[in-house]
Amino acid sequence: MKKELKSAVTAIGVLALVGALGAIRATAHADDSTVKVGVLHSLTGTMAISEVTVKNATMLAIDEINAAGGVNGKQISPVVEDGASEPAMFAQKAQKLIQEDKVVTVFGGWTSASRKAMLPVFERFHGLLWYPVQFEGNECSPDIMYSGAQPNQQILPALDWAKQKGYKKYFLLGSDYVFPRTANLILKKHIIHDGLTVVDEEYVPLGGTDFSAIVNKIQAAKPDVIFNTLNGDSNVSFFKQMAAAGLPSSKLPVMSFSIAEPEAKAMGPSLVQGSYAAWNYFQSLDDPASKKFVAAYKAKFGADSVVDDPMAHGYLDVYVWAAAAEKTKSFNIDKVRRAAVSLEWKDIVMGKTKFAANQSLYQTAYVGQLDPEGQFNILWHSDKPIFPEPYDSLAFPGKKCVIH
Amino acid sequence: MTELALLVGQGFNGISVASILLLAALGLALSFGLMGVINMAHGEFLMMGGYLTYVTLQFLPHGVGYPIGMVVAFAGTALFGAALEVTLIRRLYGRPLDTLLATWGVSLILQQAARSIFGPIGNEVTAPAWLAGSLTVSSGPLAGFGLPLARLFIIALSAAVLALIAILIVRTRMGMLVQAVHQDRAMAEALGINTRNVDLAVFAIGSGVAGLAGSALALIAPVTPTVGQSYIVYAFLVVIVGGLGSILGTLFAALLIGLFSAGWQIFTSVSTSDVLLLVFVIAFIQFRPRGIVSARSRSLEEG
Repeated sequence: MKKELKSAVTAIGVLALVGALGAIRATAHADDSTVKVGVLHSLTGTMAISEVTVKNATMLAIDEINAAGGVNGKQISPVVEDGASEPAMFAQKAQKLIQEDKVVTVFGGWTSASRKAMLPVFERFHGLLWYPVQFEGNECSPDIMYSGAQPNQQILPALDWAKQKGYKKYFLLGSDYVFPRTANLILKKHIIHDGLTVVDEEYVPLGGTDFSAIVNKIQAAKPDVIFNTLNGDSNVSFFKQMAAAGLPSSKLPVMSFSIAEPEAKAMGPSLVQGSYAAWNYFQSLDDPASKKFVAAYKAKFGADSVVDDPMAHGYLDVYVWAAAAEKTKSFNIDKVRRAAVSLEWKDIVMGKTKFAANQSLYQTAYVGQLDPEGQFNILWHSDKPIFPEPYDSLAFPGKKCVIH
Repeated sequence: MTELALLVGQGFNGISVASILLLAALGLALSFGLMGVINMAHGEFLMMGGYLTYVTLQFLPHGVGYPIGMVVAFAGTALFGAALEVTLIRRLYGRPLDTLLATWGVSLILQQAARSIFGPIGNEVTAPAWLAGSLTVSSGPLAGFGLPLARLFIIALSAAVLALIAILIVRTRMGMLVQAVHQDRAMAEALGINTRNVDLAVFAIGSGVAGLAGSALALIAPVTPTVGQSYIVYAFLVVIVGGLGSILGTLFAALLIGLFSAGWQIFTSVSTSDVLLLVFVIAFIQFRPRGIVSARSRSLEEG
């Protein structure tokens, strides 16, 4: 009898505890003054070096919007998750953010592999992802807002610039994965279409460090310019071995699509000085909104920190989402994405931009040349913001991206 | 530049790659051949050598700093290898699978340690002025053809290391002990040789050579936490094709693999030539399972 009594008391105690916890949870849910958004980047692993800075820029935008009164009268409450440089982890964390945390939208992703892994999750559970990095295009989903450049906004403008410079013979070099392969497929079609020549096209396994054969082939092919889509450390080996063979960027121009301010800083600016890059944002951009962003970032993350194109896009995405939610006075995903493509032109950080009806961003292309400090001198820009084209008309004829 | 220059250039590149592979594989061949230890952390010794050189160059001026950095890299990794042998590998003697797992663990720990200390982006070791630039042919059929000084230096370095190790094994008393243990461990022990000390010395020297390789690699590639991973597979291929424990076989295998890759890279891409290389190695060990030079060793048969 006594024993039964004891267990009954215990049971009641446990129930009370559970009830109390439930109440705490309930109050957390009932908190009407905040709105939850997901921030999903690699905070560990090989991609952390790039993605942590995009996360920082995203958090900066959230802080600024909160300080200015929030969105629809609510403070933004970010739920930060780590994709750990693993596509499968991105998919898992995306599902957790949508289903458990019930976030209204997610900002994140970097590699195409992580985006491809998250895509089915966002489509199945009906979420909305804001993707900040330039990519190979050839994808069109109503559940993703693609703010990073499509090929026709980064790679093809770089080709336009090279044509204006009078370069006729192109050497295409990349790491062996989806972005360089697709980018070069598009480039090749356009170079040939324009009556110019591709002297060679070469790929090195991701992380590859031996460029002896490639340098040899470059010397034999004598291109006017190299279009470089190598990723990460391979760039250091490549530029080192080119310089050692007597071909520094001052002698044979290199146009890179994966080297921005932080990479130049880490590689040692002297190594890549004089080489070119094409992006839709440079830290050196002469634009009041950009100057404000750079100053705010440095104030928060240190005076010697640098910003780059994907960070600017991560920052822009939060502002566009907030503006769209304000416009439609709701956090409903369908209303927000419809509102996001009907906003006015605005200079948020990289000059005037606006989301097109295909949920990609109208943006200006810039070509810059690296100076000894690791910053870019902007040499060229497209004459107006370029309409984003997910499917290149020469490489993927007949395919169209129609969402709205 | 002519077709001829491309061919000659690839011949040179093949030898250059072979010299790097030789440096990376020598230490592995020593410890694998003598002790039957499959050291998965060997690549991280390379990485450690690179970082030691980098750190040395933070304190010393360039020019004189680099040779001193190489000495530091050799001594530092040799010491670390010795410590690892005493604390871990010796205790797993005769348990090759356990050694494999344990050294793999060490490899992961070292990679993450490097990432935590130096950051995930590579650190740059700038070649000293006397190693920057290249020898260029100015006239004749090979006009415009250049030999980078850093690569010439690595070829000379690996030739020197190979010669030193050969002299050490063939001419010195310690080398005699190493050969004795290699041929018949039990008999050597019965004759009063302290085989534990021989193992320790060989493992330390093998680690030191890996450190030296890492230091040389830093001239042409960045020093990153994962740099060892790019070379460990090739180092194992060289050791297996060469024949376990044979220094001469290691030399031949390094040349074979270096020239094979460089040759195919004329006609195909780097990725394709890697595939062809692996197919070639698999086919090769079907016909010569014991490698180019098959060592006669009882310890291996028993192992």
